[in-house]
Amino acid sequence: MRLGKRCSPGRAPAGEDGDWVLAAIVEFDAVGLRYGTGAEVLRDLDFRLGQGGFYFLTGPSGAGKTSLLKLLYLAQRATRGRIRLFGEELTGASREVLPEVRRRIGVVFQDFRLVRHLSAFDNVALPLRIAGASEQEVDGSVREMLAWVGLSDRSSARPPTLSGGEQQRVAIARAVIARPELLVADEPTGNVDAEMAMRLLHLFTALNRLGTTVVVATHDVGLISATPSAQIIRLENGTMVDPTGGLKNPPGEPRRQGRA
Amino acid sequence: MLAWLFAPPSESRLLDGGRLRGATPWVIAIMSFSIVNVAAAGLALASTAELVARSTEHRYAVQVPESSALGPVLQAVRTAPGVVSSEPVPEREMRKTLERWLGPQAAASNDLPVPALINFDVRPGTAIGAIEQRVKRAAPQATISAHGESLAPLLRSLRTLQWLTLGLVLLLGAAAAAAVVLATRGALDTHSSTIQVMHGIGATDLQLTHLFQRKIAIDALVGSFAGAFAAALVLVLLATGASFAGELTGGAGLGVRDVLILSLLPLALTVLATWVARAAVLAALRRSL
Repeated sequence: MRLGKRCSPGRAPAGEDGDWVLAAIVEFDAVGLRYGTGAEVLRDLDFRLGQGGFYFLTGPSGAGKTSLLKLLYLAQRATRGRIRLFGEELTGASREVLPEVRRRIGVVFQDFRLVRHLSAFDNVALPLRIAGASEQEVDGSVREMLAWVGLSDRSSARPPTLSGGEQQRVAIARAVIARPELLVADEPTGNVDAEMAMRLLHLFTALNRLGTTVVVATHDVGLISATPSAQIIRLENGTMVDPTGGLKNPPGEPRRQGRA
Repeated sequence: MLAWLFAPPSESRLLDGGRLRGATPWVIAIMSFSIVNVAAAGLALASTAELVARSTEHRYAVQVPESSALGPVLQAVRTAPGVVSSEPVPEREMRKTLERWLGPQAAASNDLPVPALINFDVRPGTAIGAIEQRVKRAAPQATISAHGESLAPLLRSLRTLQWLTLGLVLLLGAAAAAAVVLATRGALDTHSSTIQVMHGIGATDLQLTHLFQRKIAIDALVGSFAGAFAAALVLVLLATGASFAGELTGGAGLGVRDVLILSLLPLALTVLATWVARAAVLAALRRSL
């Protein structure tokens, strides 16, 4: 299975003491975002996400979490500042380079954004087909992925006939099938019960162990406390607030020598 | 060359909605039907104009005011070098022609001086001046006029109509292109969520464009050939039933070259529709990130 092929990248032994540092996969420098002529919804964002890290993005509603995620999965351009993804400067990058970068990012949308007229199988297969995989490869990978999210028997069902939780899992399967280097999930457990939320979290952590950097925007405190190794980014009114106050594992500054 | 028209099933499923369900193939079929018929009329007019011009190119008429001088003038014309045929117009026919302007009584009156007329054809390159001198010697009042000169207004009208049909063909082509743009925009709106998702997971503009381009190309191909087939039926019925290629156009019909041009029109319309759809989709996608 594609998921089993990768070892854990991004973590390189750095110091003599053998500690592990994360190469930066996402770098934001003084980033701001405004929609149209309105006020800035994101201001002065400065942070780096290490390759292979697991991050929770938290904050109250309207704090700018979804906007930040949009910048991460290239649905929006920053109105100021500098963004680097996978070591590539994307601030003024032309449209032509974006699809290639997007293929390295898996996205779980808050509203799933499944293609309604396609079966669960075809929805999950989309990233592979876009990347030009053969139908044989698509067939094997998608069946395996659907089994992984427990939807083998629903592969031919269309989204309107699936429950919220099933749609969520199809969306997650689609996001991870192409083995993205960065997985971005916006409230991925918003529509599922506590048990399913834990199952999905295990899915993310399993993926993270295989080397994918995971960024999850959530309000779910249970989810955060169940992932002790995760780091937390907290947004309030469009800015990152003191990450040390009350929160655990603030986003670390990856050591420069370890950058990708 | 046309392999790209046949997408794998997984790709065909990406844009739902069966082909031929929308209005596009029907609009294109109507446009194709109109274009082929108008173009056929234009080509028939061109053939007619050519036929008329060719048949009058070397044809002249001698007008003899005194009918008593008809014999010597006819003799002068027949013996002139370069003249291949000559024929006097019977007085009966002349009076019949005059009847249209003067009425039956006046035209039949013996008091009316009816001029004599001789039609003659010459070989290409014949000097008309020499023939005119011979004619003048036989009857100083006689005048020679070229048939082409008298038919020039008709030829001008035919050529104007020819340009008009070309303009109509271009106009219909533009209308078909506009219909395709509207249909493409409609399809883009209908599938905006699919486009958004595909863009978001790394589909390129060209990948998305191919989906729409293929759909429009197939619709256009089916529509334009159906319209052209219907137009061909109409043309065949006209040609056989109303002698379209005969009486209506004065003996001129559609030649092999004309039929070839007409058969290429639906293909040209398909190519135009596909190209326009591609341009419309690319322009719309460029507005997004």
